[in-house]
Amino acid sequence: MAIAFSVNGKPVSVEADADTPLLWALRDDLGLTGTKFGCGIAACGACSVHVDGNLTRSCSVPVSEVAGKSVTTIEGLKAADGTLHKVQAAWIEAQVPQCGYCQSGQIMAAVALIEKVGSPSDEQIDEAMTNICRCGTYPRIRKAILAATGAAASATTATGDA
Amino acid sequence: MADNPNPDLDLPEADAPVTKPKKKGVKRRIFLAGSALLVGGGIFGVWWTDSSAKAKGNALIGGEGKSAFGSVMTIAEDDTVTVFSPHIDFGQGSHTALAQMLADELDASWDKVTIEQAPADMAFANAALAKGFLPTMAGDTLAGLLPDAVIGMMARAMPLMITGGSSAIRFTGEIAMRRTGAAVRAALVAEAADRLGVPEGELTTADGVVTHAKSGKSLRYGELAAGAAGRSLSSDPVLKTREQWKLIGKPVERRDIPAKVDGSAVYGIDFTLPDMRVATIAAAPVRGGKLESVDEAPALAVKGVEKVVKLDDAVIVVAKGYWPAKKGLEALSPKFTDGGHAAISTPAIYAAQGKLLDGGKADNEAGEGDVEAAFKAPGGKIVEAEYRVPFLHHAMMEPFALTGHYKDGTLTLWGGLQDPLSTRVKAAKAAGLEVDQVVFNPMIMGGGFGRRFPDVVEIIDQVAILAKQVPYPVKLVWSREQEVTHGSYRCQSSARLKGCVADGKITALRIDYAQADSAEGEVPFIYNLPATSRRHFAYKSNQIDGPWRSVNATQLGFYTESFMDELAAAAGEDPYQFRRKHLPEGSRYVAVLDEVAKRSGWGTPAPAGVGRGIAIVESFGTIVAEVVEATLKEDGTPKVLRAWAVVDCGTTVNPLNAQAQIAGGLIMGLSSAIGEAVTLDKGAVEQSNFTDYPILKLADAPPAVDVHFIESGAKTGGIGEPGVPPSSPALANALAVATGKRVRNLPVLAQAKA
Repeated sequence: MAIAFSVNGKPVSVEADADTPLLWALRDDLGLTGTKFGCGIAACGACSVHVDGNLTRSCSVPVSEVAGKSVTTIEGLKAADGTLHKVQAAWIEAQVPQCGYCQSGQIMAAVALIEKVGSPSDEQIDEAMTNICRCGTYPRIRKAILAATGAAASATTATGDA
Repeated sequence: MADNPNPDLDLPEADAPVTKPKKKGVKRRIFLAGSALLVGGGIFGVWWTDSSAKAKGNALIGGEGKSAFGSVMTIAEDDTVTVFSPHIDFGQGSHTALAQMLADELDASWDKVTIEQAPADMAFANAALAKGFLPTMAGDTLAGLLPDAVIGMMARAMPLMITGGSSAIRFTGEIAMRRTGAAVRAALVAEAADRLGVPEGELTTADGVVTHAKSGKSLRYGELAAGAAGRSLSSDPVLKTREQWKLIGKPVERRDIPAKVDGSAVYGIDFTLPDMRVATIAAAPVRGGKLESVDEAPALAVKGVEKVVKLDDAVIVVAKGYWPAKKGLEALSPKFTDGGHAAISTPAIYAAQGKLLDGGKADNEAGEGDVEAAFKAPGGKIVEAEYRVPFLHHAMMEPFALTGHYKDGTLTLWGGLQDPLSTRVKAAKAAGLEVDQVVFNPMIMGGGFGRRFPDVVEIIDQVAILAKQVPYPVKLVWSREQEVTHGSYRCQSSARLKGCVADGKITALRIDYAQADSAEGEVPFIYNLPATSRRHFAYKSNQIDGPWRSVNATQLGFYTESFMDELAAAAGEDPYQFRRKHLPEGSRYVAVLDEVAKRSGWGTPAPAGVGRGIAIVESFGTIVAEVVEATLKEDGTPKVLRAWAVVDCGTTVNPLNAQAQIAGGLIMGLSSAIGEAVTLDKGAVEQSNFTDYPILKLADAPPAVDVHFIESGAKTGGIGEPGVPPSSPALANALAVATGKRVRNLPVLAQAKA
């Protein structure tokens, strides 16, 4: 069946079974491979996107459920003129990624957190950032989120270089 | 029982060791581990004197308007310098650091330097690696005696293009990149001297330009490259001194990061071709089991499914996309045998290892002094403990994915593996082709940590066989469940340690451990003790024991450094001071330990319920000491509050990236110690996904890791792995202080639940 929704501001239609997860519609049908497959059961967050502004693990949402909705992926965070989102810029400044595979999802989660609470505290970062990173980039993820919101590193993070 | 490594021990059937599938893999792992078994190849020399390989390599990387040098780099007419790395980069940052090393010696302009993956061609077999590993295999003396010419031949014969053993910087960087940069710089200067008609000594180089100060004339590298490429390169160029470095040691930003924050980086799993199909696989749940039968019809009834392919030990469903392939696979009810391994379980393995330690015959013993006599000497206090660590899964975030296309007699592959050349060799063998009929296109990958060594990667064989059966390109993707249940795990291992302390000093220490491979020669024993004995008892289960980031240093580090705290406690001494007085006086070890104690405020009071633990482990030529501050949360699970690492890797090429590697390694070590375990029941893995194989998350990781490097200038050590081993014993030591309970079996969470 044809399912219509919008991705990164553009209307799209995919021909897929209703139970196809949004992740595979994005990756296999629309060629948007910035959103990653990690676990398939919403446990790792590598597939995180925004659906109508809400942080969503796309591996566990049937594409039929996003019909008529607005989806934002990592490819859609940049401004129209190519300027990086402030969270992406902070990610480069803090040199967050190692293998980089989880980072699309981490960035989507961080953007959602900042859009929701403004300048998150360490506790809010702990609570919201539940995506898995096997390389262990967590200290720099925290640092980049704080930097993106103009917050100085807190007492617990001030000593850290990495 | 033919393969019983301990024939004098009557093992129960459940623990019958299993023949390793192939011997080559064993050798290559031992090679990584620094054993002497591969000595005799006669590898040494200067790769660019091997003219046929050089010419082929240069032809592959050169091209219109580009001049190639030593099959390592090109200079374009527009001054762009491209460095070709024989190592893959799966997040460890060595591409950028290797280019830094070459560019520094070349006096290139960093803005004009780009980095590319070297093609998977024999011309790029990594001779520098062979040279680098040789002294650890043969000893420096023998290495020095070998002829200085046949290294490339040996590297191609292996073939050697691995990324592993934390070797990129210390071997490829030090041996190949710096020398190539310096030799090309010399050739550019010689070319400029001829063109300008001035002595070479009057010329200087900087930022990609050769300058003659007297006349004010200058020539760009891009202008000189074609002429310089016709000159022979010095095999022994003058290298810069530490004081002359402009890029080495500088915190340069990694070149691969921008594409990893905007979603544009293309990993192996992202690769696509027109008409490509996607496949997924279910292998026998019990490793060693075979596919008995499967009715294909239920899968073929799923919309989008095109084909079911049966392998010896697995079934593959090919479809138009991953989702229909997965649905098709789930519709099947394949019957697999258990390969005779149904009695293997985690408790049975521990029991078998315990039997070996009770009365088995050690296959390897090292140490010095008379341990038994020291144990019996009067006045000593004996301490004994048994430790156990489980199988560990690599849990690379990108599940295995490899694309293959068999067309006109050539099999072309796209994906990410830790050794492009042996990927070709393995695929050729599986597909019944010659190596020249296999093309491999290396791609970036979402982690590896030792999981992507071709020897232990079945997806290469699977795709090679699959691609020959279909007329279109096909990408095989493993589900996370397939990843978790069919890993090449860090081995399950048991150890018994016995020590004796008298007058505040250790008089003897015995470490007996049972696992697949010996750690001797790989994990140095760093303490100066009157008597030590390290005995390895070989035990093999039905699993593939693969290299897991830092290989055997994780378990040996955990055993030794946990037990050092137990001995310190028996002696009534502070763990830091106790270690200090058993390390060689004035050594790099002491400097590293002192620095981490100083930075972490060792000895200052910790808050109530909080413990600090310290540990020091040397691996891959690098010494790392870590301090972890930890407590228990209300639910009884550990929480790491702060962490410190002090590192002596000789020279830090890119401090920014090196910090990330050490901090990430420390966190990976904590993650494994806290929650990770692969367990077996009836021969099969019990875990299936991140829900039952928990990886540490941000909230439970230290908010920051204080990483400090001591620039000792000693021989350059590795950086990708050595951060891992000290953190698990440091955590156990911290929890012992915080709770009064010693954790001897990992993971900690399993103990908390028990």
